Amino acid sequence: MSTNVGVVMFPGTNCEQDVAWAVEVLGGAPELLWHGDRTVGASDAVVIAGGFAHGDYLRTGAIARFSPVMDAVADFARAGGPVVGICNGFQILCEAGLLAGALQKNAGLKFRCETVALRVETTSTVLTRNAERGQILRIPINHFEGNFVCDEGTLKGLQENDQIVLRYVENPNGSLDDIAGICNEGRNVVGLMPHPERASEAILGSTDGAVLLGSLLTGTGL
Amino acid sequence: MTRFEARIEVGHRPGILDPQGGVIERALPALGWANVSHVRVGKSLRLEIEATDENAARAQVDEMCRRLLANPVIEDYSIQIMETEPA
Repeated sequence: MSTNVGVVMFPGTNCEQDVAWAVEVLGGAPELLWHGDRTVGASDAVVIAGGFAHGDYLRTGAIARFSPVMDAVADFARAGGPVVGICNGFQILCEAGLLAGALQKNAGLKFRCETVALRVETTSTVLTRNAERGQILRIPINHFEGNFVCDEGTLKGLQENDQIVLRYVENPNGSLDDIAGICNEGRNVVGLMPHPERASEAILGSTDGAVLLGSLLTGTGL
Repeated sequence: MTRFEARIEVGHRPGILDPQGGVIERALPALGWANVSHVRVGKSLRLEIEATDENAARAQVDEMCRRLLANPVIEDYSIQIMETEPA
């Protein structure tokens, strides 16, 4: 049986088709979930796709966290279900309090759209369990607000609990401690700014993203 | 019930990088104003609210700031409450 992956979309989400395509290519069964849905259906895993949910009005993710589907996603996450937020999805998970910290405007105020090198810092998450620690992945970023910030105590907690999942090899946005992705304490909720779905087929220039999405689909155990 | 106007300013918490403030701070000397420093960019929100008194209005706006209008992880806010002119 293939893994059912619920792909959450809000008004303004624009990466849901790419995520659904990548999931299908990797052998999963994607299902689009609308922001007004009150359940995540038969999902075995949930991905919150990138874009500009609710126009990113007020702050990125600030309005999206109040959509009905987010209550269902929070319940799913609390029950241990794998949840991944990509780019805008990461911002939404932070606003919803499912992940620590916040993402603000890039230092240098540039929209960064390029393929970057990432280092896998832990394999003990639903998104990296098929990867190797220290492995370098080349995956595109595409964001204006990817500059991760949190207070000192939170950062110390992330470092000590091995919750920093991915780091930039060369920091493109001023992100604290070169953070590109983090997980929650349960290790089943992961947020990352890079787009693994855009690096999941050879024709796209890199298949490194397949290591991450493949973990979500086929990985077992943490 | 009385109608109040609330003026809310949302800004970066101290110690949180403000990239826009930094750029403006560097742009001003280029126009000849070399004596400007500590530029911070934030948001200003205005709204009207009906409440029994000023304290009730302030308490509600404060909760609205904590739950939606500001992100306490990176932002601070200040609230001004004024009685609006009777219509």
